[in-house]
Amino acid sequence: MITLTINGLDVTVEKGTTVLEAAKFLGFPIPTLCHMEGLTPYGACRLCVVEIGAGSAAKLVTSCTYPAEPGLKVRTASARVVRARKMILELLLASCPQSKTIQDLASKHEVTQQRFRQEHEDCILCGRCVHMCEEQMMAKAIGFRGRGQNRSIGTPFDVPSEVCRQCGGCMYVCPACSLRCTYTEPQKAICGGCANLSPPCLEKDPFNDMMCYMDPCVACEIKKP
Amino acid sequence: MDDQTVEKIVAEHQGSLGGMLSILSEVQEKYGYLPQDALRRVAVATGVSLADIYGVATFYRAYSLKPRGKHLVSACLGTACHVRGAPRIADELCRHLGIQPGETTADNEFTLETVNCLGGCALGPIVVVDGRCYSNVQKGKVAEILRRTRAGLGEPRAEHGFPLTIRCPHCRQSLMDPAHPIEGVPSIQLTVCWNGSRQTLHLSSLHGRQQVSGGPEIPAGSIVGLACPLCRRDLTDDAICPECGADLARVRVEEGATLTICTRRGCRGGRLDLDIPGVEAADRPSQE
Ligand code: SF4
Ligand code: SF4
Ligand code: SF4
Ligand code: FES
Repeated sequence: MITLTINGLDVTVEKGTTVLEAAKFLGFPIPTLCHMEGLTPYGACRLCVVEIGAGSAAKLVTSCTYPAEPGLKVRTASARVVRARKMILELLLASCPQSKTIQDLASKHEVTQQRFRQEHEDCILCGRCVHMCEEQMMAKAIGFRGRGQNRSIGTPFDVPSEVCRQCGGCMYVCPACSLRCTYTEPQKAICGGCANLSPPCLEKDPFNDMMCYMDPCVACEIKKP
Repeated sequence: MDDQTVEKIVAEHQGSLGGMLSILSEVQEKYGYLPQDALRRVAVATGVSLADIYGVATFYRAYSLKPRGKHLVSACLGTACHVRGAPRIADELCRHLGIQPGETTADNEFTLETVNCLGGCALGPIVVVDGRCYSNVQKGKVAEILRRTRAGLGEPRAEHGFPLTIRCPHCRQSLMDPAHPIEGVPSIQLTVCWNGSRQTLHLSSLHGRQQVSGGPEIPAGSIVGLACPLCRRDLTDDAICPECGADLARVRVEEGATLTICTRRGCRGGRLDLDIPGVEAADRPSQE
């Protein structure tokens, strides 16, 4: 058993537990994106950053991959963590502004500006789909390809894979393509409608009926006679 | 591809850690590129998923999934080569071959690629053609290099590194000994002083290699004196090996660099330093 301190509270966990799991056990919220229970932690999205250590030795680490150590001092919501988290969200949002998952995370963490060029990628390379396919579906039909700027997810040679089970698991876990968000003002880049409880869909006529994936959507509920 | 080439290659590497890279390299050497069919067979033979193999094959620049021409021309665009004018050399290659980097000429003779560092920064700009290294390439030399390659001529093939041309820092005479090649290239001739005797020793001139021939039997770990065989002056100065603390011998590299050699037998603490105008080699802080 290992005892560590999270936000000033001592917690004793089993060896091999990650900082994220320990924090969850205490009830401290840490946003995650690429992490998924049942899949190997991959540490791709960096959203789960926490601060460990003290003073000038303090550093940011990804809690989903960091194993609990005896005596470790963790802060899950220090100013530095919050700043880093917002920046990471802003970057993720820039690459995938149509992802409802990321839009929601952004509004939840009060990301209010978008200073980066919007890329409209359809993937943030979080690796969830690859791990899902390999570890839960035992198919290994898709994988990472290329490097750096050219990194992408897909089947070998871009042809339909003969080992794919057509289970849809990869799409189900994808934070970028499972839920598309229409975010009504593309130039603003951040919608935040869902979190603000006054969705822009409400004011915009064209969105009257094709409203989003919120179920039940606050906007629609309010509008109902 | 109905022979057992792929299966044979896989069998040779069975069980070795990191065998995938060697397997893919050998397959590529056989076919000139990585054919789809071959990758599928590697997957079957090794039991590794095709998705993973494809990931590896697309990750490294060294592998090509497209057929390549008979000759592979790699122009280095790494930082050191870049500041020495490598982009102009690459443009010149494009112009002569009529293709862009990554493409193959219509007659299937040449494939041109740019790489980010070949590890021979002191000798830049570097162009490697079919494993033959051309250092200090000038714009005017490009046509000649391509002509020689077409005609099947070329510089001595250096599989393992870049040949350096060495001079004595004192008398400025060449220390190269063509009569005594090591690994196919002229070796560096040095006088080694040990136990009161002076003998001649030959050192591989390939950068990064430590092949030695001749000289007295010296147990590893002992410190020797190194001198110029022509002017007999001592080559060591006050520089100290960052690895083991022994004296370093210093010789000139004609292409514009300094090569240091550790005087401790068996120590690999020497290195190649680029000349930086205005900075005396000895004043530069060591990397450590
Ligand atoms: S649909 Fe195919 S690629 Fe996606 S998880 Fe299932 S088996 Fe893997
Ligand atoms: S496709 Fe989706 S799940 Fe897969 S890496 Fe991209 S964002 Fe993640
Ligand atoms: S209100 Fe509609 S458009 Fe805005 S974030 Fe929610 S789902 Fe997306
Ligand atoms: S959840 Fe930890 S890096 Fe993505």
